[in-house]
Amino acid sequence: MKANSPVERLYNGIVKENPTFVMMIGMCPTLAVTTSASNGVGMGLTTTAILVASNMMISMLRKMIPDSVRMPAYIGVVASFVTIVEFLLKAYLPDLYSALGIYIPLIVVNCIILGRAEAYAGKNPVLPSLFDGIGMGLGFTVGLFSIGAVRELIGAGEILGFRILPASYEPVTIFIMAPGAFFVLALLVALQNKVRNAAGNKKKTASSSCGSSGCGGCGNTACSGKNQ
Amino acid sequence: MKELLMIAIGAAMVNNVVLSQFLGLCPFLGVSKKIDTAAGMGGAVIFVLTLSSLCTSLIYKFILVKAGMEYLKTIVFILVIAALVQLVEMVLKKMMPSLYRALGVYLPLITTNCAVLGVAIINVQNDYNILEGTVNGFASAVGFTISIVLMAGLREKMEYNDVPKSFQGMPIVLLTAMLMSIAFCGFSGII
Repeated sequence: MKANSPVERLYNGIVKENPTFVMMIGMCPTLAVTTSASNGVGMGLTTTAILVASNMMISMLRKMIPDSVRMPAYIGVVASFVTIVEFLLKAYLPDLYSALGIYIPLIVVNCIILGRAEAYAGKNPVLPSLFDGIGMGLGFTVGLFSIGAVRELIGAGEILGFRILPASYEPVTIFIMAPGAFFVLALLVALQNKVRNAAGNKKKTASSSCGSSGCGGCGNTACSGKNQ
Repeated sequence: MKELLMIAIGAAMVNNVVLSQFLGLCPFLGVSKKIDTAAGMGGAVIFVLTLSSLCTSLIYKFILVKAGMEYLKTIVFILVIAALVQLVEMVLKKMMPSLYRALGVYLPLITTNCAVLGVAIINVQNDYNILEGTVNGFASAVGFTISIVLMAGLREKMEYNDVPKSFQGMPIVLLTAMLMSIAFCGFSGII
């Protein structure tokens, strides 16, 4: 895939550098609002909207912002969009607004948004930055949805409000309380480690070329994303 | 007085910022490898959070409410916090070099600690006055310090444990956090 093409950016955000499972950033909302799958998706899409808008704005302004004050400038841009989105949610989706509560203004300090501004949007043209925002945002949404779905399934026997487990199932309510969030995330990360270790071993024995590109590429991008 | 005590215990124990409100998870997971660094981070957070809750309540009460611009609170608070952290860093460097050496490394990290902005917004949402807001900020930071220092102590011991391969690193830390969080649930009967 060509670097910086729209498809490559989407793949990068959703799979290769998935903010929740690979980069482990933006943990506060990930654990706090995933009491149900729909809250997770709501938070994910809200963050996506802000991420896309701020990525585009910062990319447009990248030649105008002096290097020494770029952080305050980025924070100003992000905070403005968060305020706008907060009003839109309050007006049009009051249920989601009250469910997410304090975590909407806290999107300002979500490391994903400032991280992408610093690592990508501040250096690249508008169109790739737009797709970078969409990809990263959807990756975050997928992460929140999967954690929310597991917690809702075990904690309430439902997914997105539909009953999945039979009515005789006794919900384990601790899963929709604070400890459940830590537990589900721990298990999902451990599962992913397990899959990755297995894949790594297989690749080592099967074909060397594939293994090196897969592991090397993955490790490098994670590092560079954080260091830049 | 009783009200203040209730706010303090509520913020530090019952609604612990990290373990029940999930604020400030990045430093909680990131700098909890050693007790020394965890305590340093905790000290820096107590310092900044107390000061920032005071400043943000003052600004909210006397500037934003007076001017009818409460809706700008997110933007104003985050910029005030960022500026405050810079200012604290400069003042400490000049006035108290020894304290600066102890806390210096952690100060810049605090701007992006969502607990700082979170507590400022909680103060506004709960309609705390300036004293209550400051007490809430201080107590939340104490709660943060308690949990991060406990976590660092556990992680130091965990170094010697034989953890299954898939659980090494972040998963076992998250599991530890889960057990701590269950323990802190026990405080919910206090208030």
